[in-house]
Amino acid sequence: MQEYVIIIISAVLVNNIVLSQFLGICPFLGVSKKLSASLGMSGAVSFVLIIASFITWVLQTYLLTPLNITYLQTIAFILVIASLVQFVEIVIKKFSPPMYKALGIFLPLITTNCAVLGVAIINIQNEYSLGKVMVHSLSHAAGFTIALLLMSGIRERLEDADIPESMRGTPIALIVAALMSISFLGFSGLT
Amino acid sequence: MLVAILSLGAIGAVFGIILGFAGKKFAVAVDPRVEALLQIMPGANCGACGLPGCAAFAEAIVAGSVKPSDCAPGGATLYEQIAAIMGTEVSAYEERKVAQLLCQGGYGRTRMLYRYEGIKDCRAALANFKGPKACDFGCVMQGSCFKVCPFGAIEMGADGLPVIDYYRCTACNKCVVECPQQILKLIGVSHLVTVRCLNTEKGKDAKANCSVACIKCKICEKNCPEDAVHVVAAGEGSVAVIDVEKCTNCGICAAKCPTKSIDMISPLSEEVVLEIGTTPDAGCQACGVCKTE
Repeated sequence: MQEYVIIIISAVLVNNIVLSQFLGICPFLGVSKKLSASLGMSGAVSFVLIIASFITWVLQTYLLTPLNITYLQTIAFILVIASLVQFVEIVIKKFSPPMYKALGIFLPLITTNCAVLGVAIINIQNEYSLGKVMVHSLSHAAGFTIALLLMSGIRERLEDADIPESMRGTPIALIVAALMSISFLGFSGLT
Repeated sequence: MLVAILSLGAIGAVFGIILGFAGKKFAVAVDPRVEALLQIMPGANCGACGLPGCAAFAEAIVAGSVKPSDCAPGGATLYEQIAAIMGTEVSAYEERKVAQLLCQGGYGRTRMLYRYEGIKDCRAALANFKGPKACDFGCVMQGSCFKVCPFGAIEMGADGLPVIDYYRCTACNKCVVECPQQILKLIGVSHLVTVRCLNTEKGKDAKANCSVACIKCKICEKNCPEDAVHVVAAGEGSVAVIDVEKCTNCGICAAKCPTKSIDMISPLSEEVVLEIGTTPDAGCQACGVCKTE
């Protein structure tokens, strides 16, 4: 049980996928202008991340390792992730056209979101059991969501702030991201 | 090697089949009319309709939020084609409109109460004794319309009044809504004679403040052969108003008006039509898009 708690705290706060491991920065900066869009984005990424972790673990354990073709890990995982993203895109397009428009290009870009592939590979590297894999990927999804929501909340407030012209938009967002990353370093003593 | 190819191929095939089924099951039906409309649109993506491009316009037509005639470059031929696809009647020929300023009281013509050096915004200027001008009805000259115009059709002239480039104006209505004095109005390009004053004060008071104000002398009313212009009650006083239905653009009132508050202009001169060698009947609405681009 204690192991699971450690995995959760470590994944959500200490090794936060975005703010400590710097994976999945693209949507973190690209879709964090509005709270609603970032909610949709973290939902989509979380879904892909969790399902991809499950499928890649099954793939690794029951296909790649027995057949001795673990060198195909990266390409096989990308295949899984790309298909999942396609699936998510089809579903979102059907059920929420406004969300589809808000996410725009960042939806297909989840394919190359290193957070998803990163978590899948960390799962394998740490030789987790299926239970731990699920907990681990769930916590990383939560960590990604937290980072994105914090960022978009701050950026929505920045809209009204009196910022020098040349610092508006991306420059101030990058500074905010840096400060958030530094503050998340404070969690490193937790485990 | 063989194992690698086979296993990867198998994984790909499984996902492919799943995606294929998902694509069928969650297919989004696109209205075939949108596709058909897109085929016949001019394709200039000029934005004259106020929407970002022809694709958005086609969707808006199907949704019913715009009229075919909102597409200025399309012309009558396009309206007929749209009507054929949508299964509706061709609506009556709607002429192109442009935003026009109903005030001529620039610097030198209208008495100023004080010099305004505050925020460049008409509402801010109006908050100080109803603006720097002695006339409370005219343009405040702080350029709120200039700022809101998405087409760069409005510039601030040397006399302080906005100058509208009628060729660039797409009648998007933004400046009309923005203007706190309601001194901008969308006027059809075939109406050449316009009363450019909204001052409802008594003639003497209006004249004292502005040399081009309507002084309610009724000379226009008496001289109009078509009974189209009248000094009608407005606000707390009255002002001359032209009935565009009756007006024949003869220009007698404009010539007789002692203060020249009525003027006669042709916002889109015939030069555009002549230049391209086509006529309004052939679908050219003199929108000027071809000229500016």
